[in-house]
Amino acid sequence: MEKELIQLIDISKSFDGQMVLDELNLNIHENEFVTLLGPSGCGKTTTLRILGGFANPDKGCIIFDSQDITHLPPNKRQLNTVFQKYALFTHMTIAENIAFGLKIKKKSKSYIDDKIRYALKLVNLEGYENRMPNSLSGGQQQRIAIARAIVNEPKVLLLDEPLGALDLKLRQEMQYELIRMKNELGITFVYVTHDQEEALTMSDTIVVMNQGYIQQIGTPESIYNEPENAFVADFIGDSNIISATMIEDKLVSILGTRFPCVDTGFGTNKPVDVVIRPEDVILVEPAEGTIQGVVTHLIFKGVHYEMEVEACGFEWLVHSTTLFPVGKKVGIKVDPFNIQIMNKPESEDEEAVAIDI
Amino acid sequence: MNKKLADCVKNIYIALIFLFLYAPIATLMVLSFNKSKTRAKWGGFTFKWYAELFENEIILEALGNTLLIATLSALIATMIGTVACVAMNGMKKRSRAILLGITNIPMLNAEIVTGISLMLLFISMGLRFGLGTILLSHITFNIPYVILSIMPRMKQLNPSTYEAALDLGASHVTAFFKVVFPDLLPGILSGFLMAFTMSLDDFIITHFTKGAGVDTLSTKIYTEVKKGIKPEMYALSTLIFVTVLFLLLLVNMTPSRKKQS
Repeated sequence: MEKELIQLIDISKSFDGQMVLDELNLNIHENEFVTLLGPSGCGKTTTLRILGGFANPDKGCIIFDSQDITHLPPNKRQLNTVFQKYALFTHMTIAENIAFGLKIKKKSKSYIDDKIRYALKLVNLEGYENRMPNSLSGGQQQRIAIARAIVNEPKVLLLDEPLGALDLKLRQEMQYELIRMKNELGITFVYVTHDQEEALTMSDTIVVMNQGYIQQIGTPESIYNEPENAFVADFIGDSNIISATMIEDKLVSILGTRFPCVDTGFGTNKPVDVVIRPEDVILVEPAEGTIQGVVTHLIFKGVHYEMEVEACGFEWLVHSTTLFPVGKKVGIKVDPFNIQIMNKPESEDEEAVAIDI
Repeated sequence: MNKKLADCVKNIYIALIFLFLYAPIATLMVLSFNKSKTRAKWGGFTFKWYAELFENEIILEALGNTLLIATLSALIATMIGTVACVAMNGMKKRSRAILLGITNIPMLNAEIVTGISLMLLFISMGLRFGLGTILLSHITFNIPYVILSIMPRMKQLNPSTYEAALDLGASHVTAFFKVVFPDLLPGILSGFLMAFTMSLDDFIITHFTKGAGVDTLSTKIYTEVKKGIKPEMYALSTLIFVTVLFLLLLVNMTPSRKKQS
């Protein structure tokens, strides 16, 4: 891992007596693509605003490049923000927009012109210098907003749901564009989104947040395959979350049936949650399955069929490329390494959150 | 055919409304070009009354006072109003609503009440009545109009643009003047013109807050008319009407021109 660039230490923030962030700790490394992911109101945007200097934390401090920047105003910080609604200056041309930061830093005219050309090339909008922001499409405006931020050579680029206002196709295109830009620039991106697919596609590290707490930090793979609790499992993709009992190491009782698994260290006869991804549920002939059930729903999703199977009093969500018609009796099998064991939420508060989803 | 008839009726109706609204003013304008001194008969076309008007030093002095007060009070009210809008925009919803309500009071209040209360205030403060007191009172009643025309602009503003400017390294002052101010400018301009117009044609408040011997056009006309209406007054009224009309057109043109671009 590269060296740590930003440290958020014990950051707390409340608005009108309502706690938004509670003692948040987060380390961001150099050249990392970090995504803060969570439902609206989870504190992800507040975290970004505290990083950018637009909100002051009630408690805690921010270390940037081994300097305390907690009380530094936004214009003195070595990071730039791309805002959700672009926030372009509508009375200025594209070139003037991009030059705004450089003019304030009193750079020479030739330096500014070079930078404008470079930035427009980077965002694939060469030749747009003299257009007005309002004559551009949403996607183009967002690219200009990125160009305006990166010409200042920030060490970190903060992006607040930058693709939120774009349509699906454009959003997917821009995801690849952003990855390309990040690799070309070699700087740290801190990205805020509520879209789990966006987060999985682009990030090196995902920080899943809910109600002001970090739920899990990890790579996209570890977040998807090994969610630490029911909230993360449910927020990242579809999943079957079932109450179960850990009988002993590597053996779990799900809905009264014993399944072998690979997790250890949960103790004996301890209530746990298990998560099984729908694509990991294998449908077979009834005799071959660990448990038996009946297909109750069937939807064609393009890449696969989505089926619901009623078995042992639980509706199993199944993704499979093989079709099993409604009403058919099937057996269910799960490979031991596809059963992810999670601790039950400890406090009632967390429980409420998990049910609320 | 039916549609044509309907259009025709519609046009006649509109024409009647405008006739009803503007017939008195039209009469006044026509009379200001009437050579004969009596209102009863048309004596031929003349610019004589206009010429006499501009030779009348008392009236010219009143005109000077009016323009001075209108310009100064509009300028100062615009500045105060703009700053007030910025402040109110940063407030919480509740306090903003309360403050907006309070600033609207002078606009809804009967002018005579505003006039008398200002007069009483000035007396209790021991101020000497004159141009200064007129100016103060005009600034007072102009501020709500300025706020009224800037506030909608302020609400349309994307709050992130200000933050974006800060983010790009601008100080608070630079960010305001380079990013927020240009967006507010059409509202500020129309607020200024509106304030200027309001000050120009105010009579009641001026009447109560002016000192003896100091007159604006409207109070001058009032005193002249008491002595009997002279045709110069028609000419003067015509000029005031045309000026106000022109300013109003200007006020209404400013925001729409911005939208088209």
